[in-house]
Amino acid sequence: MKRIGTLFGAAALLLSAAATPLLAKTPPGVLVVAKNIDDIVSLDPAQAYEFTSGEIVSNIYERLVEYNPAKIDELKPGLAASWKVSEDGKSIAFTLRPGAKFASGNPVRPEDVVFSFERVIALNKAPSFILKQFGWTPTNFEQMVKKTGPNEVTITIAGNFAPSFVLNALGARVGSVVDAETVRKNMKDSDFGNAWLSRASAGSGSYALETWRPNETVVLKANANADLKAKTPQIVFAHVAEGATQRLMIEAGDADIARNLGPDQIAAVKGKAGINVETYPQAALHFFSLNVKHEKLNKPALWEAIRYLIDYEGIATNLLKGQMKVHQTFWPEGFPGAVLDKPYSLDIEKAKGILDKAGIKDLTIDVDMIASAPFTDIGQSMQATFAKAGIKLNLTPGASSQVITKYRARQHEGMILYWGPDFMDPHSNAKAFAYNLDNADGSPQSTTTWRNSWHIPEMSRRTMAALVERDGAKRLEMYRQLQKEVLKESPWAMTFQAQAQVVIRDNVKGFVHGATNDLIVYRDVEKK
Amino acid sequence: MKSLARILPFLARTLAGLALTLAGLLLITFIIGRVMPIDPVVAIVGDKASAETYAAAREKLGLDQPMPVQFLRYIGGVVKGDLGTSSVSNRPVIEEIGRVFPATIELATLGILIGIAFGIPLGIYAAFKQNRWQDHLVRFVALFGYSMPVFWLGLIGLLVLYAGLGWVGGPGRISVAYRYSVPVWSGFMLIDTLRVGNLDAFRNALSHIILPASLIGYYAMAYLARMTRAFMIEELGKEYITAARIKGASEARVLWKHALPNILVPLVTIIALSYGLLLEGTVLIETVFSWPGLGLYITNGLFAADMPAVLGGTFIVGLCFVLLNKSSEIAYAFLDPRTER
Repeated sequence: MKRIGTLFGAAALLLSAAATPLLAKTPPGVLVVAKNIDDIVSLDPAQAYEFTSGEIVSNIYERLVEYNPAKIDELKPGLAASWKVSEDGKSIAFTLRPGAKFASGNPVRPEDVVFSFERVIALNKAPSFILKQFGWTPTNFEQMVKKTGPNEVTITIAGNFAPSFVLNALGARVGSVVDAETVRKNMKDSDFGNAWLSRASAGSGSYALETWRPNETVVLKANANADLKAKTPQIVFAHVAEGATQRLMIEAGDADIARNLGPDQIAAVKGKAGINVETYPQAALHFFSLNVKHEKLNKPALWEAIRYLIDYEGIATNLLKGQMKVHQTFWPEGFPGAVLDKPYSLDIEKAKGILDKAGIKDLTIDVDMIASAPFTDIGQSMQATFAKAGIKLNLTPGASSQVITKYRARQHEGMILYWGPDFMDPHSNAKAFAYNLDNADGSPQSTTTWRNSWHIPEMSRRTMAALVERDGAKRLEMYRQLQKEVLKESPWAMTFQAQAQVVIRDNVKGFVHGATNDLIVYRDVEKK
Repeated sequence: MKSLARILPFLARTLAGLALTLAGLLLITFIIGRVMPIDPVVAIVGDKASAETYAAAREKLGLDQPMPVQFLRYIGGVVKGDLGTSSVSNRPVIEEIGRVFPATIELATLGILIGIAFGIPLGIYAAFKQNRWQDHLVRFVALFGYSMPVFWLGLIGLLVLYAGLGWVGGPGRISVAYRYSVPVWSGFMLIDTLRVGNLDAFRNALSHIILPASLIGYYAMAYLARMTRAFMIEELGKEYITAARIKGASEARVLWKHALPNILVPLVTIIALSYGLLLEGTVLIETVFSWPGLGLYITNGLFAADMPAVLGGTFIVGLCFVLLNKSSEIAYAFLDPRTER
């Protein structure tokens, strides 16, 4: 038996070797952000299209024009010090900010702008559609984007668009300007440096990419050549998938900012010493839609009834606990032109009356949703309230890619999902929620209208009319009208607007979190 | 020459079996990957991409080719050591696995060592004290370890030992303060920190690994203790053990010299199997502890519809299982000369 004792002793020794750990807190000069970063596909601004990559790219690169994160309706100069719209509205000449430099030390030139936009069009990656809207193609690009002076670049638009729309689109992350000299040195075949830039950086923003290890870490270092200098020399994004683990890290001081805590975890850390919880309205909108391709769902009375069968306030207050707020139109609160009407609330009797009048009974709807909170929480609440009006919801949770695949193919009946605008112009969402001219199966469009088979030729024409309207005030009014119509007539119920709840150690100052991930700015963050 | 003649057919049989097993594994994984209702193209281009962008990405992935062609192309690559390119990160899968696998091996190896160090003595002790309170206690501890969800134990462990008492390090393999002071050499954090002589970093890495390794070690221990107990009880009931006792052998001699060598063969199989399970089955622990290992890599690949990553990861796990099995077979020959015949 002595041998057993010896074996136990050896094992205990192994464990006790770690009994006196060195718990290093976050070092000075390094901001540690605990976040789920598994969505990053690429850090090339011509390809980056996910939440996390958007946030990182926006801190590495500058655009010609940029939004003010604190005031979303203010478009301010970025790399362009000024710009001039031609009389016909089809060209805009940008004068670049003098003295601007990339992290490499190379000056920012008109050639860099031309190269940056050219590679977006040539690479044809996911976000390229934002610039392709201007009618730019690989064949006409040379005529559309040109250097027109030593420090000036002029872009031309094929088609009639409001200049404000063009500027808004250029403010998106796909409008980032890269260092052409550096990228050209790293081009492979005809990839415009895409493979290299996916995991490196060549920008003029406040930070440069030091490391990206997928599902592990992203490290940014301050760009010494930036005009807008970073106050914290290094940012480490530590991949922490679990909100519960993030909570422990922020409480222990091993993270300065935690980004993915759930409602219960937020409630648990609120009021704790040394920790602040900040809430920021987001642009993402959640909805429940019906695919009207199915005859049983192609009934306007049903569309109206579902809007009375959702416990908006109950879900927002009790389930989502501040992570979303009720919002019922297609353009989010805080953005110019948003309509804040909320005419719908849970009213079972009213819904029953509408359904009875239309002769709708014993209805069963298969509903797809992403198998994670908040979708599952929202789905279960809706299942309960819909049942009270005699509508059975069969909830089918699935992996995000699985749900989207089905949605793209219009194979769903009901869908609980969300939508985020691609750029800060009302057209981004109007195109998604108020435009569908060609409803054919063979003409797939990445819009909510097409995917739910809602064919609206007349409304589509008005959406396009708003796009070309050059009078800003009149244009916003046109979008307000569209929102009001969609609110009442569409086969979906807009439900919530997301709110980001971020947990920050109280010694961290200057963190700016705008309405989208493109508007999260680390430049002014300091640890006191 | 005689022994070479004996070994060659064995080697040929082993390699053929290995190749067949792995080809079968790849075929099944490939088919599962293709029948899953997930579109890998959407995972890459996003759900708002234009039809033109979508088609270009589909063609680039080779998904426009017939399925047998896709499979044969994949197999052809594997034979040349190319596991394909991750459709999400655009990097060679073999390179990505090379980055994540050491983290898993390090965790699983420490876990299995803890499991062996506690599980086998506990199993022997329980068998020795069969049906007494010590036996019941060991069986309860083993059953608890086997029944409790490992992610729950992980979260509770973090809550108490990391956030509450501060006895162990938090999530990840090492604290941020040390992360960039240790150059990656072997990929094994404990080795890399020792190699550069950074003892503070070594202790920090050890404080990070000890909790997840102990938890998976506990899981392995529970299994090993139960199996060791069962093997040992069976062995202790055999006539040669009774004969040894009649001849006056001490209980320690009966256990260590007579019974233990005879249960080593099945124990080696169980240990190899447990190690294999830890190598591929630590997904939940890797998630809770933000441990960038192979299990998490395959799971993320699955959710992102990154089939090259899933296929490559599954292939490596399968390879490990097969190699561990073969190693345990070779070990039999040393432990039990009868198996040579």
